[in-house]
Amino acid sequence: MSKSIGSIRIQEADFSVDNEYQNLRAAHASQNGAICTFVGLVRDFGDKKGVTGMYLEHYPGMTEHSLQQIIDQAASRWQLHNVSIIHRVGQLNLSEQIVFVGVSSAHRADAFASCEFIMDYLKADAPFWKKECNDQGSEWVEAKQSDQDRAQKWSKD
Amino acid sequence: MKILFFASLRERLNTEEEQWQDLNGAQTAGDILTQLQTRGEPWSSSLNTERLLVSVNQEIASLTTEVTLNDELAFFPPVTGG
Repeated sequence: MSKSIGSIRIQEADFSVDNEYQNLRAAHASQNGAICTFVGLVRDFGDKKGVTGMYLEHYPGMTEHSLQQIIDQAASRWQLHNVSIIHRVGQLNLSEQIVFVGVSSAHRADAFASCEFIMDYLKADAPFWKKECNDQGSEWVEAKQSDQDRAQKWSKD
Repeated sequence: MKILFFASLRERLNTEEEQWQDLNGAQTAGDILTQLQTRGEPWSSSLNTERLLVSVNQEIASLTTEVTLNDELAFFPPVTGG
């Protein structure tokens, strides 16, 4: 088993995509041919319209463990130089950043595919829970079958 | 044994964590769940759902997973991060 790659951060604080991108770019600088990044945001509709923000809870310890397993799976499937995952928790307002996934590789195909794979499995497996806030109060978000289906499709490819 | 509850389940049970010094004969995660369900409301209805997930020592497990007094169990609803 090769050494695990990847950086995982669970934090309340916001993040800078540019800083994360520059960190990915600086590591393995001469070998990187492609960097793919994804950012998830708080939007104004979810299970209901009029979302004003959300509260994010997670299972400390299991979250990091689960995300490392996802990174390890991606690294065994594609040639990756580095992976960075940031997931915010706590209270988030409308249009704030929730999650960052960044992947560096020699090739764009590996970077594109692995970034999507990591996000799909993060949504299906990592122990985070969202509670949406609107002007009537707040409600826990229902898990979507479509999110499980998106992760499942990778095992068929 | 440490037992944790998260998200909507934590709120409905008004319980984040408990410590058990005795498993009362429980051998599997399902046995623990059965003991919790027999407490009456809100435990019985909140824990009586097909959509309940269980982890043992921070790995997704099933109700047939064997457990010991040193384990950390958690019960929670399907995840919704990202």
